[in-house]
Amino acid sequence: MRALLTSKWTKVVVFFLCLIPLAALVWRAFHNGLGANPVEFIQLTTGRWTLRFLVFTLCITPFRKLLSLPDLIRFRRMLGLFAFSYVCLHFLTYLVLDQFFDFTAIWKDIAKRPFITVGFLGFLLLLPLAITSTAGWIRRLGGKRWQMLHRGIYFAAIAGVIHYYWKVKSDVRMPIFYGTLVGILLLWRLGDWFFKRRSAAGATLSPQHSAANPPS
Amino acid sequence: MLIHKASDLTYADVTPKSVYLDRRKFLQAMGIASATAVVGQRLFEVAAPSENVFAGTKFSGVVKSPFSTTEKQNSYEDVTHYNNFYEFGTDKSDPAKNAHKLKTANWMVSVEGDVAKPRKITMDEILKIAPLEERIYRHRCVEAWSIVVPWIGFSFSNLAKLVEPTSKAQFVAFQSSYDRGQMLEAKWAGIDFPYVEGLRLDEAMNPLTLLGVGMYGESLPNQDGAPVRMVIPWKYGFKSIKSLVKIKFQSKMPPATWNLAASNEYGFYSNVNPNVDHPRWSQAKERRLGEILKRNTLMFNGYGDQVASMYNGMDLKKYY
Repeated sequence: MRALLTSKWTKVVVFFLCLIPLAALVWRAFHNGLGANPVEFIQLTTGRWTLRFLVFTLCITPFRKLLSLPDLIRFRRMLGLFAFSYVCLHFLTYLVLDQFFDFTAIWKDIAKRPFITVGFLGFLLLLPLAITSTAGWIRRLGGKRWQMLHRGIYFAAIAGVIHYYWKVKSDVRMPIFYGTLVGILLLWRLGDWFFKRRSAAGATLSPQHSAANPPS
Repeated sequence: MLIHKASDLTYADVTPKSVYLDRRKFLQAMGIASATAVVGQRLFEVAAPSENVFAGTKFSGVVKSPFSTTEKQNSYEDVTHYNNFYEFGTDKSDPAKNAHKLKTANWMVSVEGDVAKPRKITMDEILKIAPLEERIYRHRCVEAWSIVVPWIGFSFSNLAKLVEPTSKAQFVAFQSSYDRGQMLEAKWAGIDFPYVEGLRLDEAMNPLTLLGVGMYGESLPNQDGAPVRMVIPWKYGFKSIKSLVKIKFQSKMPPATWNLAASNEYGFYSNVNPNVDHPRWSQAKERRLGEILKRNTLMFNGYGDQVASMYNGMDLKKYY
């Protein structure tokens, strides 16, 4: 398993797998497969894949720890950048196909409509993460600060789910599904952090205990 | 009264659509074969829109209506594969897949309430109420997309006159068919069924208000509201209730499904109005299916000459 995860080729395969949704979209576009409202179809598809890639990215850390597969970390940046790529397509579809650079209408949308406000906020949150995703930026910021900054993905994922929930008219099954996944992944982190803190506190306590009870 | 159709034909004399469908499926299969699709049939099926269209009778002797627009009609494919019919699923492509479960045989519409002659009418009787007209209307959905559809039907007022509304009748309440067994996806819709809608009496009696029984020269496909529906072209699409089973004349303003679900988003009137935005999106523009760039939405969907006078003195921002 370790050899598989660390192989250069696995990374290449995963990279191309991540491109399949985009390839399928392009294929549909050339085969009359986008339905009666192509713009809406592209918006929905790119939006859903953004959420999926955010969930994949958030899965890495828990899976590394729970399955004792530390090498999974090799895929985290790529998955995160794919989430960012799909959200860029999502935003570009809105900017070009939906609004056609009508910046007054876009500004009104962002200012007036909560579902667009929160979606745009999520997009903005991902922007610095994508920029600072390189090894150089990790060095420049220092591991601790870099990690703090990249916790922004938690809020981007939450924003994405709310954006989706507020968008649908009445059938909330899909937003609830993604909300549940994101919720579980974030709660796991909270639990992990809590237990780590307790055990760390326990570790600092134990020498005092041993001092109070000297070996007889 | 002139009746422009062969009287020996009844609604049950359905030319099965499956005859057309088999032919199309055959052609589709030929296409796959000749394309030597290495990717395989599965991919093709995923991409190609399904052919589950369930229309029936072809209508003959349909009169052209002066109310028709000369704008380009949308394709039959678009109008039958991009539907809001939440009883059959909330995805636009769901009704085309699921609406075949709707049983339209022996359909009966109950017309009741404050009328002198309440009655239950069959489809055969409905088709004989007035000469069938083709009316090419713009149809504007509250979700900011629009289509142009050649409906077949006649003014609703013809049916109203038949039952003779009394002076107490101020409103008309409409109700869709609801059968959990045929509408398996309805439980996920997030709105209550049966679907209900309503109009003020003067709105219902406006000549533009259509009792629709067909489109594109033939009876309605299930996903478009078979066998009989309302078409109110100056209001958002959800007012044009589908698969009617009950029409009730009454003195009280009737409830309307989307208004019950979210009254701040969907008003009782729901006239197409580019100046009153939906809380979650602008109504100033719309995307005509088949076009990429949006066009401006017209007040009353462009039917102001016929309907604006009904709302004189009304604050349309308040009564949205």
